[in-house]
Amino acid sequence: MIKVVLPQHLRTLIGADHVLQLDVDGIATLSQVIDDLETLYPVLKGTLRDPASRQRRPFIRFFACQEDLSLEPMDRALPTVVCLGQEPLLVIGAMAGG
Amino acid sequence: MRSAMDLALTREGMSRMTAVRILVGTQKGAFILTADGTRSSWNVAGPLFGGWEVYHVTGSPSDPDRLYASQSTGWFGQLIQRSDDGGATWRPVGNEFSYMTAPGTHQWYDGTPHPWEFARVWHLEPSWDDPDILYAGVEDAALFESRDGGVGWTELSGLRTHRSSPNWQPGAGGMCVHTILVDPTDNARLHVAISAAGVFRSDDAGRTWVPGNHGLRSEGLPDPEADVGHCVHRIARHRDRPNVLYMQKHWDVMRSDDNGETWNEISGNLPSDFGFPIAVHAHDPETIYVVPITSDSEHYPPGGQLRVYRSRTGGNDWEPLSSGLPQADCYVNVLRDAMAVDLLDHCGVYFGTTGGQVYASRDAGDSWIPIVRDLPRVLSVEAQTLP
Repeated sequence: MIKVVLPQHLRTLIGADHVLQLDVDGIATLSQVIDDLETLYPVLKGTLRDPASRQRRPFIRFFACQEDLSLEPMDRALPTVVCLGQEPLLVIGAMAGG
Repeated sequence: MRSAMDLALTREGMSRMTAVRILVGTQKGAFILTADGTRSSWNVAGPLFGGWEVYHVTGSPSDPDRLYASQSTGWFGQLIQRSDDGGATWRPVGNEFSYMTAPGTHQWYDGTPHPWEFARVWHLEPSWDDPDILYAGVEDAALFESRDGGVGWTELSGLRTHRSSPNWQPGAGGMCVHTILVDPTDNARLHVAISAAGVFRSDDAGRTWVPGNHGLRSEGLPDPEADVGHCVHRIARHRDRPNVLYMQKHWDVMRSDDNGETWNEISGNLPSDFGFPIAVHAHDPETIYVVPITSDSEHYPPGGQLRVYRSRTGGNDWEPLSSGLPQADCYVNVLRDAMAVDLLDHCGVYFGTTGGQVYASRDAGDSWIPIVRDLPRVLSVEAQTLP
């Protein structure tokens, strides 16, 4: 089970609680987590990554275990403690715009 | 194709309409303003989609309960929202706007090639007679069509792949299709306006396009009378005169009497012919409205006096309309999509400002009242006239 924390605007969009819980068996990747999120909440398609290129949107960042995972390959395994649900995966809207 | 009888029946129906719904898109959400036919007391609902930029909210002419909204941010991209109950509830529909062919390049501000990139939907234009059919004008400039109520979107790529498109350049606000006109007598006849490429016309439902800029003159261009490259801010028409088009260009107010083949300047006695919106009176095709702005580098009204200008002669002869509008220390702008008219017998005119005010006139512009004063920056205003 993976815990995911989405930015407020996306939580409002899907009408979800602060922490989402995804059932993922074994080691998961960022790409897999986003696939699952988009399956559960189709409205999220295009909000985290470009629907055509499947690349992270420029102002979306991913953090876990006090590390910035945003620039890691999307198919790299997430930290074990994230995959075990012991630490959340934080999806952050970057601070920008002044 | 619609007959004159259809249009006459539509007009007969208008006299029975008894309420108005104003759809307002702002930089931080959407608002719905409603009033009965007296338009003396208004209810303000919103924000919808709070915190998101809402470039446009509009309704279907054939089903006033069917609304569409373009919702976006730089963080989370583009969403299209749809309501089937007049805005009481909304649900997101399709948001995949993929260019049909290899995007190629257009010119960047400095003249270098720049890849075509989707940024946002500026304008949604529902069909006259089918609430499930609508067009979306997007940045970077392209036209998309949905035939299933906004769920799926297909690019009408003949516009973006027009032979002139590698030379198109963005205006200050981006390179966008911001105006879409569907001929009320023939759904296959479309006009779009692109900043800063100009007007394009299609007679085959968007498959092929020709520029419609003959007669425009823009001093900033190497060839001021070029076929393509003009910064057209807005075009409008009256539904009873589909061949007559009005234009607010970057500078100059223009008119075409031949469906956009040729244009003639009608700026006449305006204090400034720079501006963004242009609108046509609901019942008089020769009565038009603009909001003069000081200049392209001073986006506020001349002298800090907010005035709508009306021509009852199809242009050239303009009168200022200031009753009820601030006449001192007013330095707001009125953006291109932020003016609309209703269809009640005494035509209502509405506009929103970058200062967050939405003004209404119940008497075709003779006098104005603010419906609401402190919304976020107003990006668009549409008026629905309801049974």
